[in-house]
Amino acid sequence: MTAPVFSTVLGRDLRLAARRRVDALLPIAFFAVAVSLFPLGVGPEPNTLRQIAPGVLWVCALLAAMLSVTQLYASDQSDGSLEQMMLAGRSALPVAIAKALSHWLLTGLPLLIIAPLFGVMFDLSGRSIAALCASLLLGTPILSLLGNLGAALTLGVRNGGVLLILLIVPLCIPALIFGSGAVSAVESGSSARGHFSLLGALFIATGLLAPIATAAALRIATE
Amino acid sequence: MLANFHFFTFASPPRFYALAGRLIPWLWAATIALAGAGLYIGFFRAPTDATQGDAYRIIFIHVPAAWMSMVLYMVMAFWAAIGWAFNARLASMVARAVAPTGAIFTFVALWSGALWGKPTWGTWWVWDARLTSELILLFLYLGYMALVNAIDDTRRADQAGALLAVIGSVNVPIIYFSVKWWNTLHQGATISATAAPKMVATMLRAMLLMTLACWAYAFAVVFTRTRAIIVERERDVKWLNEGLS
Repeated sequence: MTAPVFSTVLGRDLRLAARRRVDALLPIAFFAVAVSLFPLGVGPEPNTLRQIAPGVLWVCALLAAMLSVTQLYASDQSDGSLEQMMLAGRSALPVAIAKALSHWLLTGLPLLIIAPLFGVMFDLSGRSIAALCASLLLGTPILSLLGNLGAALTLGVRNGGVLLILLIVPLCIPALIFGSGAVSAVESGSSARGHFSLLGALFIATGLLAPIATAAALRIATE
Repeated sequence: MLANFHFFTFASPPRFYALAGRLIPWLWAATIALAGAGLYIGFFRAPTDATQGDAYRIIFIHVPAAWMSMVLYMVMAFWAAIGWAFNARLASMVARAVAPTGAIFTFVALWSGALWGKPTWGTWWVWDARLTSELILLFLYLGYMALVNAIDDTRRADQAGALLAVIGSVNVPIIYFSVKWWNTLHQGATISATAAPKMVATMLRAMLLMTLACWAYAFAVVFTRTRAIIVERERDVKWLNEGLS
């Protein structure tokens, strides 16, 4: 019972994204525009840019995830398919996991691919860019999982998008700290192992707990 | 009276409404008496600090407010969870009533901390671990209040708020330790707020009185707000209309 719901929801989301390609590219476009603003605002000094690059790239990745996640359930709720998904299985858990995974595949993974380009534009060293990719690989799933939770909590709520940012960004702060911290550590020549270990621990804890909370939030929202 | 007393006696809104109404004047009286005594000892009896001068006296408001801000979040999460798990109406109402008081205490702690920081550290704000996590706590309170206010259906709002409060209370320690680690990595021990000199007994007494005053105030305000929420939610119920008319 569980597997078909999971794979059906995941496959459906990916197919929908493939049919609306521009929609799927919007988070990446947001990321690119937001990251490009910082050199314009801060100034083109390479040393300053190198110093702020980890934080800027991470904050923009976080915001891109938060802005894109609001649409995760919106159309499914408005056309009633979310209700059908909830009725299909005894638990909302497979729906929650499938949605988080599809969000990561559609925003986290492209971010991971495009991030090195911006690392080069901010004059990061090769090792720092590798650390950036590794930290995003561990960190963006956390953002997708928590954003998914926020989307379920604010389902059909007035100003859901802004509210979601207020609710979920504080919860993302540990991931931001250790993610950008790993890159900064490599950039300054020290070991980033501690950061990666903690980021991995956060990923495991979020991966275990967030889908359960999301399933509960979906039940509350569709009751 | 005692023969009929059960653990859940006051979980019924009418009984709680009556009890809280009777307690509120006493709680206010306790608040005023304790705060008066605490402020008197704190401002006139406690000695001037050797290193910080008189600026340190703000701790008599700052420290109790910071304690309350953290405790009230746990209280709020606890009652919200009880209300969600057992479908206890009053518990959900109390959780909602606690949130603004907790947010106010958080704000007072931040504000008084800034006022203390300017003469002592020479700056209104530093991105110190404790300041930053207190700021994040304020965001958590604001998020809870924004969420429960954005959902019109009361039951759904209470449940969603409870889920958020529980997630927040799990996250508070994680956020605290990650911010602490981030802080020590970035700026080292430039300012140490933990190495406070040993406190004189009079200072401790004043702080204790102020803490109790804050508790009494929190109870008084939360009870008043809970009564208002009861009136709002049970406006069509018979006991309320009979009692009020």
